[in-house]
Amino acid sequence: MKPAKRVEQVGPSGIRRFFELAEEMDDIISLGVGEPDFSAPWAAREAAITSLEQGRTSYTANKGRRELREEIATAMCQRYDLDYSVDEEILVTTGASEAIDLAFRALIDPGDTVAVAQPSYISYVPGVIFADGEVCSVPTRREDEFKLTYDRLEAEGAADAELLVYCYPNNPTGATMTGGELEGVADFAREHDLTVLSDEIYAGLSYEHDHTSIATLPGMRERTIVFNGFSKEYAMTGLRLGYALGPPEAITAMNRIHQYTMLSAPTTAQYAAIEALRSCDDAIAEMRTKYDRRRRLVLSRFEEMGVDCFRAKGAFYAFPACPWDDADEFAEALLQETGVAVVPGTAFGNGGDGHLRISYATGIDDLKEALDRIEQFID
Amino acid sequence: MSSHDDVVELLRENARYSVEDIARQTGTDPEDVADIVDQLEAEGVIRGYKAVVDHEQLDDERVRAVVELNITLDRETSYDDVAERIARFPKVDSLHLVSGDFDFMMEVEGDSMREVSNFISNKVAPVPEITQTVTHYVMTTYKEQGIEFGDGDDDDRLSVSP
Repeated sequence: MKPAKRVEQVGPSGIRRFFELAEEMDDIISLGVGEPDFSAPWAAREAAITSLEQGRTSYTANKGRRELREEIATAMCQRYDLDYSVDEEILVTTGASEAIDLAFRALIDPGDTVAVAQPSYISYVPGVIFADGEVCSVPTRREDEFKLTYDRLEAEGAADAELLVYCYPNNPTGATMTGGELEGVADFAREHDLTVLSDEIYAGLSYEHDHTSIATLPGMRERTIVFNGFSKEYAMTGLRLGYALGPPEAITAMNRIHQYTMLSAPTTAQYAAIEALRSCDDAIAEMRTKYDRRRRLVLSRFEEMGVDCFRAKGAFYAFPACPWDDADEFAEALLQETGVAVVPGTAFGNGGDGHLRISYATGIDDLKEALDRIEQFID
Repeated sequence: MSSHDDVVELLRENARYSVEDIARQTGTDPEDVADIVDQLEAEGVIRGYKAVVDHEQLDDERVRAVVELNITLDRETSYDDVAERIARFPKVDSLHLVSGDFDFMMEVEGDSMREVSNFISNKVAPVPEITQTVTHYVMTTYKEQGIEFGDGDDDDRLSVSP
């Protein structure tokens, strides 16, 4: 059987190769994991168990349980000043990844161009291609601390794009953007009539300043779809639950696809998420504190090693410059000689070369051991 | 700048963190952390550092008992007086004045049940203010000072993921 051209156009991810290399080895310490090392807060897990005991195993409303959408609306309003209508502007999805895919499919006509800020989460480019769109890559740079700027957008030809997609706090760089810094992006989007897809899945993990959503800037709400979810902040990756917030016409279009393809997001996960929003603030604050301490530890250690590493302020990644010219070669040698797995920046698209993604979603003892081994390896 | 609270929290998490480890995690100078630790020790906020040991993993299995103590006070004697007297025995591992049906909750550790029983009947029960003792021998410890004694959760995440 012959796969469709647009599928063949997308190769396997660079992450996959490192996963396979790492799987062949015993007793590795992995700093290559893109998900929390914590489990979901117990109260959330217990709510999921209770929902199963009560036999809550049917579909929910397409857009997600109303109770959950109400909790999401309240939380987004309190935390990030985002004000969305429970009935028309919130769609609960199977992970934020589904929401992003829905947005691509709902908004891209064949041949439309999507500007993708890179290095980035690995799904954006394939998602655009699967939706028959064209990709305009906008590499961010070390000298800008991997922030997206008006000038970068202009220089890379994003003015001709219909959509812009980016993620801050960022995977893989750990970069964040303040409200002031987002203004340049907002100016550009307004001037060139771009729809903005703002992946804010790491919004809860911004350590040095409060997270600002671009949708709160003047004239941006009506042209922005915000993505968030429970995977990172609530350590619920495997429960697959995310959501999109946007103007009614966008959410309606996305829900059109969602209702025919997914029907509804996992019911058990929705019960867990309701409880997570209601009662798990302390648990997530504790996880955040731990990530922040590890972040400081990692940044200090790289500084002591003399490795150039910009000050990552969010998510759970640091993005140091690779001590060798070829980051792929370095990561492979590091894994084989020391048993420490990291991901070369090249896996995350343009702008990632010459860097390594270091995930600190790992217990402090392993993290210290891995950093010791990296230090010895560099020497 | 790390606060006293951060240092206490990190040392409670792992008392073997070096001054450098704490400094890195809190974005402080190691000298400042060392000063804070010295101060916390001098002020008696930090009373000591001990390992949490799972005796079942050792050959010399220890016997622990939680003992309820009831006290009758008189005009000349306070809880503090009685507590001070009991706490001096090295076998007494912890001693708390608690609310509820009894007054003191005491934890005792010894080499054998006979030793612990003898200690309670010969040393604790005869104290004039103590009117009743109820001894509960610990059969299995599942968690102590926040540390679980099970096999631990395996990290079943994919070793490398996006």
